Amino acid sequence: MATRQTQSLAKIMRAPAIILLLIWMIVPLGMTLYYSFLNYNLLNPTQTSWAGWFNYQYFYTDPAFWDSIWNTLILVLGVLCITVVGGILIALLIDKPIFGQGIVRILVISPFFVMPPVAALIWKNMIMHPSYGVFADVAQFLGMAPVDWFAQYPLFSIILIVAWQWLPFATLILLTALQSLDGEQMEAAEMDGASALSRFIYLTLPHMSRAITVVILIQTIFLLSIYAEILVTTNGGPGNASTNLTYLIYRAARLNFDIGGAAAGGIIAVVLANIVAIFLMRAVGKNLD
Amino acid sequence: MAHITRALAGACAVTALSVPALAETLTIATVNNGDMIRMQRMTAPFTEANPDIELDWVTLEENILRERVTTDIATRGGQYDVLTIGNYEVPIWANQDWLLPLSDLPDYDSEDLLPPVRDALSVDGTLYAVPFYAESAMVMYRTDLAEAAGVTISDSPTWAEIRAAAEAMTNKDEEVYGICLRGKPGWGENMAFLTAMANSYGARWFDPDWQPQFDSEEWNATLTDYLDMMTSYGPPGASSNGFNENLSLFQQGKCGIWIDATIAASFVTDPENSTVADSVGFAQFPNKEGVDNHGNWLWSWSLAIPATSDAPEAAKTFVAWATSKAYTEAVAEADGWRNAPAGTRASLYENAEYQEAAPFAEMTLNAIESANTQKASVQDIPYTGGQFVAIPEFQGIGTSVGQQFSAALAGQMSAEDALAGAQSNVTREMTRAGYISR
Amino acid sequence: MARAVSTQTKIGWTIAAWVVALLIFFPILYTVITSFKTEQEAIAGFDLIPSFTLQSYGEVQTQNDYIRPFTNSVIIAVGSTILALIVAIPAAWAMAFAPTKQTKNILMWMLSTKMMPAVAVLVPIYLIFLNTGLMDTRIGLVIILMLMNLPIVVWMLYTYFREIPGEILEAARMDGATLGQEIVHVLTPMAVPGIASTLLLNIILAWNEAFWTIQLTTTNAAPLSAFIASFSSPQGLFWAKLSAASTMAIAPILIMGWFSQKQLVRGLTFGAVK
Repeated sequence: MATRQTQSLAKIMRAPAIILLLIWMIVPLGMTLYYSFLNYNLLNPTQTSWAGWFNYQYFYTDPAFWDSIWNTLILVLGVLCITVVGGILIALLIDKPIFGQGIVRILVISPFFVMPPVAALIWKNMIMHPSYGVFADVAQFLGMAPVDWFAQYPLFSIILIVAWQWLPFATLILLTALQSLDGEQMEAAEMDGASALSRFIYLTLPHMSRAITVVILIQTIFLLSIYAEILVTTNGGPGNASTNLTYLIYRAARLNFDIGGAAAGGIIAVVLANIVAIFLMRAVGKNLD
Repeated sequence: MAHITRALAGACAVTALSVPALAETLTIATVNNGDMIRMQRMTAPFTEANPDIELDWVTLEENILRERVTTDIATRGGQYDVLTIGNYEVPIWANQDWLLPLSDLPDYDSEDLLPPVRDALSVDGTLYAVPFYAESAMVMYRTDLAEAAGVTISDSPTWAEIRAAAEAMTNKDEEVYGICLRGKPGWGENMAFLTAMANSYGARWFDPDWQPQFDSEEWNATLTDYLDMMTSYGPPGASSNGFNENLSLFQQGKCGIWIDATIAASFVTDPENSTVADSVGFAQFPNKEGVDNHGNWLWSWSLAIPATSDAPEAAKTFVAWATSKAYTEAVAEADGWRNAPAGTRASLYENAEYQEAAPFAEMTLNAIESANTQKASVQDIPYTGGQFVAIPEFQGIGTSVGQQFSAALAGQMSAEDALAGAQSNVTREMTRAGYISR
Repeated sequence: MARAVSTQTKIGWTIAAWVVALLIFFPILYTVITSFKTEQEAIAGFDLIPSFTLQSYGEVQTQNDYIRPFTNSVIIAVGSTILALIVAIPAAWAMAFAPTKQTKNILMWMLSTKMMPAVAVLVPIYLIFLNTGLMDTRIGLVIILMLMNLPIVVWMLYTYFREIPGEILEAARMDGATLGQEIVHVLTPMAVPGIASTLLLNIILAWNEAFWTIQLTTTNAAPLSAFIASFSSPQGLFWAKLSAASTMAIAPILIMGWFSQKQLVRGLTFGAVK
C-alpha cells in the first residue's frame, strides 16, 4: 500500500524516538553493566577495584533475594487481581443508569492523580495508623482491637495502597471497553432468556478481553518498579516481609551506597523483567493485533 | 520604543554587573526537624548583618536528606555550601577529605562547646563540623502515673526498676502503656536505642577482630528483655514507632515511661503541644545491675561545609553564626529559653534563666557529659561511636539488623532467630567490606 | 430502542455506585478535611467536621514556599510532555500508517526500556548531569521525564492513530494533498482527541514522578515531590500539617484531572477498544 517514498519518510519520522530511546537505554545500561563488575562503594571511592562476578554472586546469595522475587510476584499479581476484578465490577456499576454519573466517575478516578509518596503517606498516617488511623477508629467503634497493618500484614497493606492507586486506571479502560459493547446483541441475548450472569460470561467478558490485556500489560510495567510506597511505609520489613526486588536494589544503592552491588542487582532485575515481558508478549501479543 | 529597550538593556547590564560583586548564594541542606525549621525563620539578623549573602534552603526528611547529600559529596557534585549532618558522618567524611576543617571560624568560641560533642565532631583535634544541637538519651516518665501506681524511679535506675515501674503504670483499658521504646527498623531508629541498650547490658557489636557478637549472651539478654517489656507493657503497633511516633504517644499521655533522645524533653514539657507537660520526670539512661554503662548515646545535628563549596568564606560566616551564643540568645528572646538549641555549649547550662526554664537541663547535661563515644562498651571493641558504630557500612548493617529485630517485635520471628539472622547478615556484609578476610 | 428502567432500580444502582465511589475517594477527602483541623483535632479520633482553621496551611507555607516548587512542577510536567509529543507524533504516525514487520517489536522494546530500575542507574545519570551542567535545572528534568514517558506516549498515539481509517488519507492524497496538508488538515483534526488524552495522561505521570525529581534537584528546579519530602516525618504532631502539604501537592493535578476527565477518558484506550 505504502509507496517506497512513504516508507523512507516513515523511517525518518520514526528515527528520533527510536534513537533517543536507544541512547536512553544503552548509556545507563552500559554504565550499569560496567559498574556491576567493580568493587565500587560511594563512601569509599578511592578503593575501587575490579570485582569480576562477585557482585552478582553477592546479590544473588543475599538471604533476602528469593524473598524479594517472591514478594515482587505477589505484589504484581495481587495488585493486578484487585484492579482487574475491582475495575470490572466498578465499570459495570458506573455503566448502569445512575444519578450523578459524572461526579461518581470523577470520585472514582481521583486516586490516579495522587503522587505515590503522598498516597503512601496518606494511607500510612490517616487510614492505617494503629492509633490515629480511620481503620483503628472503625475497629474501636466495632469493639475490636485495632490492627497494626504494616507490622502484621505488611505486603497486603502495600498491595492495598498500590491497588487503590491503579484501580482508577483499570476502571477507566474497562469502562471504555464496556461502553463500546453492542447493545443490540445484549438485548437479543436477554430476549432469548440468557441470565445476567451468562450474558456477562459469554458476551461482556470476551468483549473486554482486549482491555484486560492492556490493563495487565501497562500496569505490570509500572508495578515491577514499585518502591516509593514501600520506602514510606514499611522500609521493606518487618524482616524482609515487604522487600521487593526494586527495594532490595534501592537498599544496596541508597543505604549501603554499594554502587557495584546495586548495579549487579539492576542488571538482574532487567533480565528478569525482560523474561516477564517475553511471557507477557506471548500471552498478550495475539490479543493486541 | 527604542529608548525603552535601551533603558531595559541598561538596567540589565547594571544588574548583571552588580550581582556577582554583591550577592553570594549559600545553598543549605537541612533536616526537617523543629530546631532547623526555627533556624530558617530566625535568619533575619544574619542576612541584615551580611547583606551580600543570600540563603537558599533545601529542607528534606532525614533519610532523603542523607541520600541526597551523600551522593552529592561522594561524586564531588558541589550542589551544597552547608550540610546538616550527624556526628556519624563527620569523622567518616572528614577522613575522605570531603569536609573543610573549621578550626579558623571567625569569632567562634569553640572552647565553650561541651567536650564530648566537640570530640565527636573532630578528627585528630581538628573540628570538621559545628554542633547545632546535641543530645544523649535518658528516661522520661510520668510522675503522676508513677505516684498513682505507687512506684518511684530513682535518678539512676536499673533495667529491673524500669520494668517494674512499667508494669505498675500499664493500664491498657485506659490506653496507658507502661513503656514506649523505638521499634521502627533503621540504624538511626530502633538500632540507635537497641545499641545503647546493649551497651548498658555489657554487649558489643564486634570483638577486636571485627567478628559480630550477636551470638553472645549479652545481646540475647538485651533483645529478650526488650521484647518482653514491649510485648507486655508497650503500645500496639510498636514495631512501626520511631522517635516521632513515640513523641506523639507520650505527649498525649499514652506512655508511662519513654526512653529516648534528651532533645525530646523540651517537646514533652511544652504546654502547647503536650497534654502532660507539667508531670514529666527525668532519670539517667538505665543500666543492667553490675554493668557500669549508661548507653553512651550521643547525637549531634551539625553544620559542615563540603570541600566543593564555591563560597567557603560565606559558609563559614553562616555556620559560625548559626551555632553561636548570639543565636541561642536570639531564640531565647523570640521563643523562650526552653527552646534554645540544647546540648552544645557549657555556657547555656551555666545560664540561670535556662536552668529555670528547662527542668531537664541538669539531666541532659549529665547524660551528654557522661557519654563516652570513644569506648562505648565495657568490653574491648575496635570501633568508636555510641549508639552506632562509626564505620561507613553501619547504615546498611544497622538497618538490616534493625529489620530482624523489628520483625521479632512484630511477632514474626523469635528472638533467637532474629539474633541468628543478624549474626549471619552482619558477618556477610563485613566479609564483603573486607573487615573479615574472605 | 432505549430500555425503560424503573426509578427504583435506578435508585438502587445509584446508591451502590455512590457508596463505592465515596469509599474510593475517602482517603483523599479525609486528608483534605484533616488539613483544615488543628493538630489536636487531627489526632482526636474520627471526625468529618473540621474547625476550618488555615493554621496548618500557614505553617506549611512559612516552612517551605509553595510557589517555586509549584511553578517547577508545572513547567517540568508540561514541558516534558510537549517535548515527548513532538518526538512521538511523527514516530507514531509512521508506525500506524507505514507499518513494517518490526513495528510491533519496536513498540514492545520501547515499553521494555521502562523496566530498568531507576535507582540502579542513579549514579551514572547523576555523574552525567553533573558533567553536563544539567543538575538542578528544569531542562534536565524535562529531558529525563520525556525519556521516561516517551514509550507510553508513542504507544498511546500509535493505538489512536491506527483507528483512523487509511482510506481517508488515500482519498486526500488522490485529491493532490501534500504530506504536510494531509497531516494538518486531515489527520490532525481526527487525532486531536487522542493527542489530548495522551497529553493529559503524561502530564499526570510526569507530575507524580518522585524519584528523579528529588534526586536530581536541590533548589532551583525542585518540584512538588521535593516539597512533600520535607513534610513526610517531622517532629511532634504533624497530621494536620502533613494533610495540608499533601493537599497542596495534589490539588492542582486533581483539579486539572477533574475538569479534563472527559478528554482524558476519550483517548485512554491504549487500543483496547476495536
